[in-house]
Amino acid sequence: METYTIIVLLLAATIRVATPLLLAALAGLFSERAGVIDLGLEGKMLGAAFAAAAVSAVTGSVWLGLGAAIATGVALALVIGFACITHRGNQVVAGMAVTIVVSGLAPSLALAWFGLGGQTPQLTNAAQRFTALPWPGAEAARAMPFPGLMYAELLAGHNGVVYLAAALVPLSAWVLYRTRFGLRLRAVGENPHAVESAGIPVNGLRYRALLISGVLCGVAGAYLSTAANAGFVRDMTVGKGYLALAALIFGKWRPVPTLWACLLFAFTDAAAARMQGVALPLAGVVPVQFILALPYILTVLLLAGFVGRATPPKALGVPYTTEK
Amino acid sequence: MKIPFLVLGALVLSVAGANARAAAADFQPAVVYDMGGKFDRSFNQSAYEGAERFKKETGVAYREFEITNAAQREQAIAQLARRGATVIVAVGFTQASAVEKVAKDFPNVKFTLIDAVVDLPNVQSIVFREQESTFLCGMAAALASKSAKVGFVGGMDIPLIRKFALGYREGVKYANPAVEVIENMTGTTPAAWSDPSKGAELAKSQIGRGADVIFHAAGATGTGVMQAAKDAGKLSIGCDSNQNYLQPGSVLTSAVKRVDVAVFNAFKDARAGTWKAGQVSLGLKEDGVDFALDQYNRSLITPAMETRLKQAKADIVSGRIKVSEYK
Repeated sequence: METYTIIVLLLAATIRVATPLLLAALAGLFSERAGVIDLGLEGKMLGAAFAAAAVSAVTGSVWLGLGAAIATGVALALVIGFACITHRGNQVVAGMAVTIVVSGLAPSLALAWFGLGGQTPQLTNAAQRFTALPWPGAEAARAMPFPGLMYAELLAGHNGVVYLAAALVPLSAWVLYRTRFGLRLRAVGENPHAVESAGIPVNGLRYRALLISGVLCGVAGAYLSTAANAGFVRDMTVGKGYLALAALIFGKWRPVPTLWACLLFAFTDAAAARMQGVALPLAGVVPVQFILALPYILTVLLLAGFVGRATPPKALGVPYTTEK
Repeated sequence: MKIPFLVLGALVLSVAGANARAAAADFQPAVVYDMGGKFDRSFNQSAYEGAERFKKETGVAYREFEITNAAQREQAIAQLARRGATVIVAVGFTQASAVEKVAKDFPNVKFTLIDAVVDLPNVQSIVFREQESTFLCGMAAALASKSAKVGFVGGMDIPLIRKFALGYREGVKYANPAVEVIENMTGTTPAAWSDPSKGAELAKSQIGRGADVIFHAAGATGTGVMQAAKDAGKLSIGCDSNQNYLQPGSVLTSAVKRVDVAVFNAFKDARAGTWKAGQVSLGLKEDGVDFALDQYNRSLITPAMETRLKQAKADIVSGRIKVSEYK
């Protein structure tokens, strides 16, 4: 098969793999920009993935599944908020606690409700999943020369969540840098005392940031269980929440660089999947072990050399005590 | 007078209770599942079905443990042994070192280890000649493929899965030397058994490269492979359990490994006193492995294919076809 087709298919896979990462990273972006460390990303996503699959399996509607996923994400975010904002608990511990609770609770609930061990039933019906949106002329374009396949695979042929995630990047940037809410949000993460003295409630803003994070994690979880897969299995996020957090740090807590970081991670992942057993131009067939380690090697290299200094929001991780 | 009666009654009850406990304690089977969980619809589930069958036929309850991280293995097995289990079936090659350690500490407990070999006087090691069934699945894939390209998605990159892959490849080439095999492994850690997203991604990449039949040997990761194959209108081949029913009409066949029979026999023999330590190898000849044919894939396997597969099966059993062993 010619190189062109391979590259297009690789990029299409990159987009699919990057979607949940990007959604989670944006979720973390809002929360961390407001000064709350979001180690609960993994847990919120996993909980949402379970809720989406469970509700979709029972009701037969992927939209109700998405709603349940968002509700779950928000509820878990509120738990974190209650612990770290209202009660000024340690943010790292609260986030980890939520993740650990969900990774045990989701399979337990699945076992109790469906009796299939920590899984939900397979979603076999098309209405229970987000399937690829029909784009005009995508099938016809596939057979056409040069830009045809790119149109069919890269632009068209994804499910709605992928487009939503893509649209959320400029939207987040706009909210963060061009709205009053965004300005206040960033200020709360840098210098909450200044925000307070301006007469704006710090904790209220942080709660709102966590709510946004919950909603986005909900969408990310729904993508995992009802778009990329057809059902929930135990620990199906396999560390994507932490990877998203790493992407967020690579992206220096900015939406567009975070998008690139997510795409890079996804690209190495997709490339690793495709390079196994393929003879490369210079190196010949590379051992599988090396290829599987490649994303991590690249991460270390990038972190060590290319990213430069990543300065977190100043008040990140510091609980805020209202001045009386 | 009331009080002594009560005391007496309580005494009788407690003695009876102790007796009942003693009787139950005579024979206590236990099973320890591997990562992926007992409902992975594949390898572990097969073990679970064997244990359930034993419970149904004999009425003897069994204890069980599902490993969710590597640190639990030794603890779980030792705990079961300490609580008086008579026979412990450890499912999966990763349990080998834990079984070896615990078996030395509890020389009176019988251990049956599936998929690996531990040479101790109280350990029975059951290994399967999976290459014989994956050979047949490889043949089926080659015969069903229209694009002359077939895929293989392995779980964790370990010798056992390489063994699956080798048999598969040989089967493909035996049926049609012109068919190309695309091989992928999911990962190098146990998480590779429960990552359906990655499985689906690997399957999509193979389909993108032209494969139209994909065999998975990847535990719960395989559900993603089968889903991706179905979504793309291609065929998949299931593994360990008969998975033909999971995506009816899109699963060509399954490489069945009768872990259920192994578990059932270990329990049954231990109860009857005929359990023997040592190594047991199960293949096509012993009905330990096979390819699955049922109402769900009936329409996918043509009579011509069936004849060739049955012939090859007979040839492997008789030794006319030699399937290489992965070393």
